[in-house]
Amino acid sequence: MDTAEPSFFETNPKAGSVGQPLSRVDGRDKVTGKARYSAEYNSLPGLVHAVLKTSDVAKGRITGFDTSAALKQPGVLAILTHQNLPKLAKTPNDPEGKKAIGAPMGFLPLTSDQIHYAGQPVAVVVADTLERAQYAAALVRVQVTAEKPLASYEDPQAKLFDPEKVQDGKTPGHTVRGNPQAAFAAAPVQLTHKYDHAINHHNPMEPGSTTAHWEAADRLTVYESTQGVTRTQKALSTMLGLAAEQVRVVTKYIGGGFGCKGSTWPHTILTVQAAKAVGRPVKLALTRQQQFTSMGHREDQTQTLKVGASKDGKLLALIHEKTSTTSLWDNYAEPNSRIINLLYACPAFESSYQLARANVMTSTFTRAPGEAPGSFAIECSMDDLAYQLGIDPLEIRLRNHADKDPTNGKPWSSKSLKQCYARGAELFGWSKRNPKNGQTRDGRLLVGWGMATASYPVHNNQGTARVRLYADGHALVQTGATDLGTGTYTVMTQVAADSLWLTPDKVRFELGDTKLPTAPNSGGSVAAGTVSSSIYMAAQEVWQKLIKLAVKDPKSPLYRAQVAEVMVDNGRLMLKANKSKGEDFAALMKRNEMADVEGNGNGKYGAGYESGLAPGPASSGHQDDQAGHSMHSFGAHFCEVKVDPELGTVRVTRWVSVHAAGRILNAKTARSQIIGGSIFGIGAALMEATSRDPNYARYTNASLADYHIPVNADIPAMTVEFIDEHDPYINAMGVKGIGEISMVGVSAAVANAVFHATGKRVRSLPITPDKILAAKEVQV
Amino acid sequence: MSEDFPTDFAAPSSGSAPQDGTRRSFMKQAGGLLGLALAPPLLSQAERLTAFSKTVEGVTTLQLKVNGTVRSLQAEPRVSLLDALREYLDLTGTKKGCDHGQCGACTVLVDGRRINSCLSLAVMNQGKEITTIEGLMKGEELHPMQEAFLKHDGFQCGYCTPGQIMSGVACVKEGHATTDDQCREWMSGNLCRCGAYPNIVAAVREVAGKA
Repeated sequence: MDTAEPSFFETNPKAGSVGQPLSRVDGRDKVTGKARYSAEYNSLPGLVHAVLKTSDVAKGRITGFDTSAALKQPGVLAILTHQNLPKLAKTPNDPEGKKAIGAPMGFLPLTSDQIHYAGQPVAVVVADTLERAQYAAALVRVQVTAEKPLASYEDPQAKLFDPEKVQDGKTPGHTVRGNPQAAFAAAPVQLTHKYDHAINHHNPMEPGSTTAHWEAADRLTVYESTQGVTRTQKALSTMLGLAAEQVRVVTKYIGGGFGCKGSTWPHTILTVQAAKAVGRPVKLALTRQQQFTSMGHREDQTQTLKVGASKDGKLLALIHEKTSTTSLWDNYAEPNSRIINLLYACPAFESSYQLARANVMTSTFTRAPGEAPGSFAIECSMDDLAYQLGIDPLEIRLRNHADKDPTNGKPWSSKSLKQCYARGAELFGWSKRNPKNGQTRDGRLLVGWGMATASYPVHNNQGTARVRLYADGHALVQTGATDLGTGTYTVMTQVAADSLWLTPDKVRFELGDTKLPTAPNSGGSVAAGTVSSSIYMAAQEVWQKLIKLAVKDPKSPLYRAQVAEVMVDNGRLMLKANKSKGEDFAALMKRNEMADVEGNGNGKYGAGYESGLAPGPASSGHQDDQAGHSMHSFGAHFCEVKVDPELGTVRVTRWVSVHAAGRILNAKTARSQIIGGSIFGIGAALMEATSRDPNYARYTNASLADYHIPVNADIPAMTVEFIDEHDPYINAMGVKGIGEISMVGVSAAVANAVFHATGKRVRSLPITPDKILAAKEVQV
Repeated sequence: MSEDFPTDFAAPSSGSAPQDGTRRSFMKQAGGLLGLALAPPLLSQAERLTAFSKTVEGVTTLQLKVNGTVRSLQAEPRVSLLDALREYLDLTGTKKGCDHGQCGACTVLVDGRRINSCLSLAVMNQGKEITTIEGLMKGEELHPMQEAFLKHDGFQCGYCTPGQIMSGVACVKEGHATTDDQCREWMSGNLCRCGAYPNIVAAVREVAGKA
């Protein structure tokens, strides 16, 4: 580790605002309706509306359009199709273009007459009002020669193949550690189970939306519902053949993302093209139905997990196979194997991925990509192993605790999983658990308890920030990050306040604009650690500048001191050896007639921090193994369910989550994030499934009435706690991030509770009443 | 207009306010429906409808009383109350999450009752008292429900929040927040994908306790 870099642990051993349950600084704007989201910039001059016309068929060729009726409608400004869409400098339709753009999908609609998936945009209609655009889009007639599509890997016509790599090249298609086949064959206890996971859609409450404004022929501003303004800027400028600085992307507020807003999808560039065509600012908001076919999804998948173990429950071999559906162009699969390889001490491991192409859009990262479905498989199997051997499910996890990273033998940067187990069990009352399943009742309802382990990596990343400290004791702090609702505005205000020894109300924090210093995408749980470290480092530059000023200022008590001899505490510059000798920053600045002093910082997160490597922000997920330590957060979920034995309905009635994720920046927003991730997981566990028609490859339930996400009445009171961790290896702030881990293991905890309640092991998500009623009861 | 753009696909541009030449839609204007409520009880339903109905076509002037102020807008009768608020009156606090009455993000109060504004046409709401999230504050002072959402962190991204708060205000007034379970049930028309439900219940119950 580069010990020359300052760290918050050293400069601020006693945090002030950091960690406190400060209410959201952006909260007032959100509860009063003042917060503007990307489709709400109504004051742009001459703003008009775009509506997508999408394909009903999943495969075919467009043979013609009849736009005559639509064009006769008043207010209609343009109808764009593949026949007249202005040509782009680059498209993602070839691998080189896809890579340059950073596109999530190797296909851009409206670039040819081909239809490859249902819901694919085939025309963009622009009109002066939304109603007119919608109506005109309905009048556009598209002539299509339809063909029979492939719906999924389960289609008898689907061709399975073994990809060399999945997840856009980030994960190898086949991994072997040790001698798994032999170890499994020799294992005294062998389990082989299949786990199915339905298609899930992110469904943020704010559908994807774009407002595009060409301020000049070569200057574009886009208000975009995105998890990363820089990534959007790169994608748009590359497609348009403009320099990055000619495209400004603004995202002040975003109505949830969960992964689907982590990339630039086709509707965004189509809106930009529409604005260019009509010469006016254009706004496009996806309809809820279009949201299901516009911004990716979690893919339909089957996992097979073989577990070999000793009779005392120690893992000997894990063999994992995943088969899933991908698009015609991309080899995308969530990296489920990552967590299965890592979660427990096990000497032998093998994973392989199989894909089949179908007429679907490319799936994409969905909260805890890989870890969520992967943890379902391993954590249900661990539960099975526990029951089979008569060992408590918590005890079996302790017996297999990985004291070092089993994938590479490295020590953990920090790991407090045992404390999470212990505290969670205590809060939940786990010791009172009936070891037998199907035995506990509340009236006619069956009661069950389940638990599961959670983990998520600290992905290598970096970012930059700018801090301007004013002599009058306030500060402006800027970075091009985004706040998905996770609390970025608030926690970064707290970090800046402590780094500058100000109170949070003296800090103005700005984000969500490519004019600001570059920050990473908010995704993969990297934002809190990266952005906070960037701000902290920028503040350190401010202090270094002031120290250098003081030692050269004959009027300063620190005149002629060595820079290295001076420290800062509580806004006061002083000699380390004699703290009474020094002065307040404001006095120094005022005497030197400095209104403000500015610092810039580069915050490294993960392996780059410890190893000193300097990866680009686009390299998330790469080089995670470059550090001396393995960096992960850990946690545990405990769940109680009540199951109606006649109806098969499941209600979650109690919930406890305890996590250890380094420093927690705000106790209130962090708790909310864990609650939210758990609820996201409960949705996946019990109700969420998008159904794709096997013949037409069309979603049959693309609406919030038919795709069920949890509602208020589905969710009980929840208990969340954190185990405090001091991790000096991961970044200057010691923050791991909690966006994904909150969801990892949740579906398994629910499934395990259902098994405990009913003796029925449902290995197919979501666990709907029909599956419970059909499942065989196994008493243990 | 781009050169790549065949002229037969391009229609003449018009101003940002809809300027209508043709007419294709009509419906009963709210004035008629309002009159209906006041009509003598002896008239048959059909007679009343005929007597008090008025056909509205194309762009007309609508008047909506929003947050205590009568606002005029030029819009077609097919404009939903939600779009009228967001797109014509720039009251973007009311959110569009689904446009189908499935998510509750567009919840507003009309004559004190909570409704999904996406399922109601603007023209039907003339003469009624419409309250949106922008109208809850008294001057600079937050409504107790807004304060409670802030205190209990009853949101993350904030997109469902105006609808949740409007629903919460109505829920308390209806007397449907007397227990946690009742509150959960009666707040279940408002989806929150960030999963702030336990915090929303805490906020609504706190306000109900003070009411």
